[in-house]
Amino acid sequence: MHELSLSGAIVETVEKHAAGRPVSVVSMRIGALRQVVPDTLEFYFGFVSKGTVCEDARLEQELIPARLRCAGCERSWEIELPIFMCPQCGPSGRVEVASGNEFEVESIEVEEAECIARR
Amino acid sequence: MHRTKVRVVEEALDANNTIARANRADFDRAGVRVVNFMSAPGAGKTALLECVVRDLPGVRVGVLEGDVQGSMDADRLASLHVPVTQLNTDPSFGGECHLDANMVRTALPELPLDDIDLLVIENVGNLVCPAEFRVGEDARIMVSSITEGEEKPLKYPLMFRACELVLVNKIDLLPHLDFDLDKFLYNLDTVNPGVERILVSAKTGEGIDEWRNWLSRVGSPVEEMV
Repeated sequence: MHELSLSGAIVETVEKHAAGRPVSVVSMRIGALRQVVPDTLEFYFGFVSKGTVCEDARLEQELIPARLRCAGCERSWEIELPIFMCPQCGPSGRVEVASGNEFEVESIEVEEAECIARR
Repeated sequence: MHRTKVRVVEEALDANNTIARANRADFDRAGVRVVNFMSAPGAGKTALLECVVRDLPGVRVGVLEGDVQGSMDADRLASLHVPVTQLNTDPSFGGECHLDANMVRTALPELPLDDIDLLVIENVGNLVCPAEFRVGEDARIMVSSITEGEEKPLKYPLMFRACELVLVNKIDLLPHLDFDLDKFLYNLDTVNPGVERILVSAKTGEGIDEWRNWLSRVGSPVEEMV
């Protein structure tokens, strides 16, 4: 359900960079820890973007796997389930998220009118 | 027409976080500590506030009450003579299921910041979206009541990882439920190892002293929070 709120945040971010130009593609990097359901995000994005520069834009989603690192034993591993305990150090480990928290607009493609002054 | 690729590389929630930092700066200037108080609907946020807000030694509390509609919770707290400001997400904010930094910002002029040391922002009851949106708080607290089951940390890791304190409420019901407390605490440590937790019952008062002490430590004007 948070995909609705997140779609609003995407449109807001894109609007800042599009400078009024119509957007055809929005490329996102989304970490697995954000618990985003890609189809749901796409659905809400289509809905929320109506009447904005993002209307009819394609949403590309690159899923970034969740990787943890333990500062205690310097081990690094990928997780599928939300288990944030170091398999080696247990509760005494110092586990940090190396990747998986991303919710980032990586790039956008905008439509531009040909400009004569352009070199 | 031609297409141009524009490199952005920006957290989509940066806009919210920027406003949250502005809120935080305003709260800091006013010398007010802020906690974001979150849970599923019906976990007992308001009841747990009722237990402590009148009785925090040396700390003057105010509450910003977030709800989609209505002011039932605000009325309960106001009857304890605590300054309460109601913030409804419907209709002004499209009936949003959470508070965000901008909504809190619009409520700033109505908050009696000069008369309080601690502002408790009672978020909309929801285990999902509130975890995503900082509002300018110093600390985040969530309530998980044991009637919700042991597996909630595994189902809502974003929320259980987004807080500094977990209040495990309705602990008085332990003899009547199949709830396995050890399993819940194990799941909690799996998702957020070592996070502070207090077992409480708003009904019997169990654990309430500890909860009150935690809150007054955060709200105390001299205490520096990390």
